[in-house]
Amino acid sequence: MVNDDNSGHPSRIAPSERGGADPSADRPLLEMRGIVKSFSGVRALDGVDLDVRAGEVHCLLGQNGAGKSTLIKVLAGAHHPDAGTVTWQGRKASLASPVAALATGVATMYQELDVVDGLTVAENVFLGHELAAGGVTRRREARARTQEILDRLGHGDIPTNRDVGRMSAAGKQIVSMARALSHDARLIVMDEPSAVLDSEEVANLFRVVRELTSAGVAVLYISHRLEEIRQIGDRITVLKDGRTVASGLPAATTPTADLIRLMTGRTVEQVFPPRRAVPASAETLLEVEGLGLKGVFTDVSFSVHAGEVVGLAGLVGSGRSEILETIYGARRATAGTVKVAGQQLRPGSVAAAVRRGIGLAPEERKSQGLLLDEAVYRNVTLSTFSRFARGPWLNETAERAAARDQITALELRPADPDRPARTLSGGNQQKIMLARWLVHGCRVLLLDEPTRGVDVGARAEIYQLIHALAQAGNAVVVVSSEIDEVLGLSDRVLVIDDGRVLHSGPADQIDEHRVLDLVMEGSAA
Amino acid sequence: MSEQIPPSLATAGSVPPDPDAPAPLERTGKDAAPPTGGYRRLLGGGAGRNIGLVVALALLCVVGVATSGERFASIDNVMAILRLAAVLGVLSVGMTFVITGGGIDLSVGSVLGLASVWATTLATQTMAEDTHWSVMVLTALAVGTVCGLISGVLIAYGKVVAFIATLAMMVAARGLAEIIANRRTQIVEVNAFKDVFQAEVLGISASVWIFILVAIAGWFLLNRTTFGRRTVAVGGNPEAARLAGIKVQRHTMYLYALSGCAAGIAAVMMLARTNSGSSTNGMLYELDAIAAVVVGGTLLAGGRGTIVGTVLGVLIFTTLTNIFIQNNLSISAQQVAKGVIIVVAVLLQQQLAARSRRT
Repeated sequence: MVNDDNSGHPSRIAPSERGGADPSADRPLLEMRGIVKSFSGVRALDGVDLDVRAGEVHCLLGQNGAGKSTLIKVLAGAHHPDAGTVTWQGRKASLASPVAALATGVATMYQELDVVDGLTVAENVFLGHELAAGGVTRRREARARTQEILDRLGHGDIPTNRDVGRMSAAGKQIVSMARALSHDARLIVMDEPSAVLDSEEVANLFRVVRELTSAGVAVLYISHRLEEIRQIGDRITVLKDGRTVASGLPAATTPTADLIRLMTGRTVEQVFPPRRAVPASAETLLEVEGLGLKGVFTDVSFSVHAGEVVGLAGLVGSGRSEILETIYGARRATAGTVKVAGQQLRPGSVAAAVRRGIGLAPEERKSQGLLLDEAVYRNVTLSTFSRFARGPWLNETAERAAARDQITALELRPADPDRPARTLSGGNQQKIMLARWLVHGCRVLLLDEPTRGVDVGARAEIYQLIHALAQAGNAVVVVSSEIDEVLGLSDRVLVIDDGRVLHSGPADQIDEHRVLDLVMEGSAA
Repeated sequence: MSEQIPPSLATAGSVPPDPDAPAPLERTGKDAAPPTGGYRRLLGGGAGRNIGLVVALALLCVVGVATSGERFASIDNVMAILRLAAVLGVLSVGMTFVITGGGIDLSVGSVLGLASVWATTLATQTMAEDTHWSVMVLTALAVGTVCGLISGVLIAYGKVVAFIATLAMMVAARGLAEIIANRRTQIVEVNAFKDVFQAEVLGISASVWIFILVAIAGWFLLNRTTFGRRTVAVGGNPEAARLAGIKVQRHTMYLYALSGCAAGIAAVMMLARTNSGSSTNGMLYELDAIAAVVVGGTLLAGGRGTIVGTVLGVLIFTTLTNIFIQNNLSISAQQVAKGVIIVVAVLLQQQLAARSRRT
């Protein structure tokens, strides 16, 4: 199955012209025309056109719900289109099943990495198409072939017999990519591959992607991060409401404002709204002093005033999220104190933190924040339903009313308190989390990766919301892997690396390069 | 507040109120929404699932009438079915809470046995004779609750997997019951106890009344109280519940105590029905209870529970048993039929769940 020619003859297919948007350059590897797919009468795809050339990184942009996931599933053979044609290397193709799609040469790397913990790297790479003789797996050969593929990916250092369950997200991604190559894929679909990676790992991912494309493999790249698309992409196709609204846009030069307008149908003038100075007389709402968690971070001190946004910048694994969780009491601090409006918190007690008015919007909204099958209003009142209750009896009327107020205030869409939380987009799910703490009357909001899984159009909205919350007298702490987001949102920034605060100061006196420099120096020291 | 704060705390400033903007969002979001309108909404909703169970129960009754006619349709037989359903029903209501809360309790049958033995020891019965029949009842409830509490502490604070903790309790409680009873059957001698629990009110026996009361109380507890909301939250997403400030461990412990208490109540009903405390009482009832709960539509993974469904599930199983007895069919054939019902019910549930979750 593995086509060794690819690595031997990288120039067999001409690499794409970076940024070139000439549609007649060569015959597309994949051509989709008028793809339609409905679910119980609702059109998820309503006429999608897509051309992908060999050796290019083709970016697919669109808001959540625009149809990207459905399109990916069509490509993976998991969904059958109701109408439309798929042409592969000039011939009509049918991606009738996942097996057929793989046989054609389309491999998909899902956002939730589909590797099996507990199996080795080699076993995962050949999962589903094990090398076997008479039912007995040929493990040595599988390992040798896996080694070849890993070498090609520039990751020959990964032992082929390592348990995948013990690998990082970045490592799992390499395994997933190796699996795609083991199928001799000519087109690899990557669904938000960078979502789980820090910036160093993303750089590595890009290196691998470039190697793949120079060998003639096409990559369909899906990401919410526009700067990544600028860096790695060749051409862009934009989906909106299940339709292709633009295609063949040059990735490097199309203005951001145009892309956002195409995706959302709206114009966003400013991503980060301007900040007003926090009055010096503002009350100190959150005071963190000498906070430490053994083996994770030490001696973290900062304070946040009413109306202020403080950002924690740093790479994944630097201890940022753990700091938030420790302030919140979800982890028990081994040193230091946390005070809210002058009152010291009992360490290691979420209930105490919540009572004093701290709210956390966790990093993994779906697994840590929401009851996905429950109605929106029940998610909003998850920490307050006892307060609305009369004795032991729930008062759902009052809960709904309170939720409805927040739905209006935060412009939650759709504005239906009874809809299951699962059916809302990432941005609106984030608003549920904010609504929960606003109903509670929290004045200290800890936001861990507030825009993860939130599409570009909705991000600006979340940013403005965060600012409006600060303006209304709340203290906000923001953690994000995207340094420009931390800098753009915050009044003050703490740069964290390896569990230590490297720098603390006003956000407008530091830029992204300086943050990265600090982090690199910090690691070297 | 100044003019810089958007009046709605939101983004009115930079995102013009475009009437078309939310609409497409909603349209594309709909494929992820549960089906709306018509029979699908009916079948997808909580009431719809129960309608399916009612239809199944009605079909069973038709089969019963067709095969045994008058003997099945008589008042006496219906009462017999209800009496049979009562003990299992009370266990299943308790089990519904544990399963909705994301757990499982394999010990309820054994705990029932232990509670029935403990409530009928010579010492307990003598004390009941001397003071009040309620001594027996309180003994059974206390034994059940304490057993549940032990499992609950092990699971919530000791981090023992629920399956293992309650499996251990299942084995240990049965063993303890055998030791206390010395493998003898202990006859209920307290007449006041028999008078109360073997009485009939409005032609319906006391145990059926208890079942009805427990079911109603269970329904209110699950659907209308903060305890019920916490149960759903803890079962649906324990991490989210914890981060929302809910005391997940304490609540988990309460759930097992509740299930144990239900087993104690069931033990009292069992004593009333069989007139004897025996270490073999309630053998394998835990499996029947789990089956009834799951067939009723409670998610085994937790986060969604239905008392009405559980009651219907119990009635379906007991009616099935009754039909088989009426037709002199073997207990073995009955078990095969039960197995088939469980599988069919779960398959149907999964279909409905998939339909309401498709993305």
